[in-house]
Amino acid sequence: MTAGPAMATAGPVAAPGRPVRAWTAAYDIRLALPLGAFFLVFFLAPLALLLLVSFYADPGMTRFGLDQYARFLLDPFSLRVLGATLWLGVEVTALTLLLGLPLALLLTWAPGRLRGLLTLIVLLPLLTSVVVRTFAWIVILGRQGIVNAALLGLGLTDTPLKLLYTEGGLVLALAQVQMPLMVLPLVTALSRIDPNLADASAALGAGAWRTFLRVTLPLCLPGIVAGCLLTFAAAITAFITQSLIGGGQMLFMPMYLYQQASSLNNWPFAAAIAIVFLVAVLACVTLLNLVGRLSRGYAQA
Amino acid sequence: MSAGAGTTLILDGITQRYGTALAVDTVTLDIKGGELVALLGPSGCGKTTLLRAVAGFLKPTEGRVIIGGQAVDHLPPNRRTVGIVFQNYALFPHMSVADNVAYGLAARGVGRAEQKARVAEMLALVRLEHLAGRYPREMSGGQQQRVALARALAVRPSILLLDEPFAALDKNLRLDMQIEIKRIQRSAGTTTLIVTHDQEEALSMADRVAVLNAGRLEQFAPPTDVYDRPETLFVNTFVGTANVLHGRLATGPGGTRVVALETGGLLPTVTALPDGTRVAACLRPQHVAFATGGEGLDGVVEIGLPLGATLVHEIRLDGGARLKTAEARAAGARPRPPGTRVRLSPTAPERVSVFPDSRH
Repeated sequence: MTAGPAMATAGPVAAPGRPVRAWTAAYDIRLALPLGAFFLVFFLAPLALLLLVSFYADPGMTRFGLDQYARFLLDPFSLRVLGATLWLGVEVTALTLLLGLPLALLLTWAPGRLRGLLTLIVLLPLLTSVVVRTFAWIVILGRQGIVNAALLGLGLTDTPLKLLYTEGGLVLALAQVQMPLMVLPLVTALSRIDPNLADASAALGAGAWRTFLRVTLPLCLPGIVAGCLLTFAAAITAFITQSLIGGGQMLFMPMYLYQQASSLNNWPFAAAIAIVFLVAVLACVTLLNLVGRLSRGYAQA
Repeated sequence: MSAGAGTTLILDGITQRYGTALAVDTVTLDIKGGELVALLGPSGCGKTTLLRAVAGFLKPTEGRVIIGGQAVDHLPPNRRTVGIVFQNYALFPHMSVADNVAYGLAARGVGRAEQKARVAEMLALVRLEHLAGRYPREMSGGQQQRVALARALAVRPSILLLDEPFAALDKNLRLDMQIEIKRIQRSAGTTTLIVTHDQEEALSMADRVAVLNAGRLEQFAPPTDVYDRPETLFVNTFVGTANVLHGRLATGPGGTRVVALETGGLLPTVTALPDGTRVAACLRPQHVAFATGGEGLDGVVEIGLPLGATLVHEIRLDGGARLKTAEARAAGARPRPPGTRVRLSPTAPERVSVFPDSRH
């Protein structure tokens, strides 16, 4: 950013809401130092190391080369794992949005006490361990699980359905686990919308659907983008849930990476997988952010 | 489709309860087509509740809303052909001015070509043709208000509702917009209801004023009547300023009616209430005259203020009550110095309005 002399001369009478550059410049760097140091040591340095390791040509790490990247990008199996992982993220995000948006609307419109209860229910997954939540889903989806027991008891099916270790079951479990990440940004965005806008829309002759599609939905787009980003990132990297609910038949990037590093001791290939995954995720995030950029103008003054 | 100019609006015995609290208590208003009516009252008097009942945002506990001879209580807001301008304008922030104005037309299935023509017509009406492509956040408060007005009028509503339309505008702009809205309302001929707590606004703009207090309709009359012939003590003190003196009615020498003040002294009045009634007597400051002799209330000047064109005095009567006076200030005239003994009387007995005293 260019904090030119023009900004400096603006002095303390800068436009309201805009920070006065001259004042902040002297302080913000020092205040950010602890966090900066933390990031440097525990985030940037390991990342640089990861990048370095990925450029070793052989598992013994004796010479440099782009062999690991070539191996990943030319291998249909690896590309399928990457594709399956990103697709899983899309499915989970779509389901979470589909279920989360009505829930967020309900939460926004609910009267005080009900609102508190709903908020607690939404937040509950965040307050329990991932492992516990995942095992709960195993109990629900297993062959002798709650769903199958209910279906059998009602006579709706003769043999237990295979729910666990299926992609459908995994998407469902991930959607539940990531729900708060979608609902909370949505509720924030929805509660910022002036309630008079919906009344104005109705008074102008619009029905509930038109009001939702033309007013509510566009105005909460920033919340949708934020929620999708969080859900997507969390779903594709959910190592524990992916492994336990997905089982052995489905392989996703985190497990693939883990196998290479831990079982096969192929650190350079594991590092390359990590970097490719990182780039792919960043590309998706950038794409979503572009959508968010388009909606930025909607934020109310 | 649109009922057009001059739709009548009847509020028939509207009552709104929230739990045990009574927000509106059987208010009945019969509004003529094309009339501009102000709902005037302090905050919490129920005026906004009435407005929301007409718009259909809430269903009153009792009573009916009748627009153009048809009860609309069963209709949701989007089927009522009622236009509303909110206090904060509630423009759609993600739409341009033209799209905002076209919104209601699109919702009612008006064709594209006609939408465009109507938007142009409305923006011309509010003199904002040149800003059609702007977004609400890029406009001033006054401009936003005119967009809100254009948006509400574009669908040719049978009734136009304005909720505290001038509260967010600064004083200079307020008068301009009041004149502007009056002009637009006249040319469109739309029956209009303005909610306001500002008495000047109500008195200057409205054809008739409905004064509300604690959910009850106190008076529904033309502005001059509300000011000159207030029907209740509340109206007399809320609209304009008034000195309130307490006393008991009596018949004075020569058969004239007087209020025998609790603090001593007699105040002539005209009333049909019987002798002995405990009353609150109201006298506006500009109707108090300094008497040179004869009968009146004696007191001393506490303070005198030269307020430009008027001269205001606060007088402490001998009985202890305080009275404000206001008179036109002649060129070079100064206020009477504090301590000056004066004798006061109403400019005419009719100027003293008396109301049964509700004090305990």
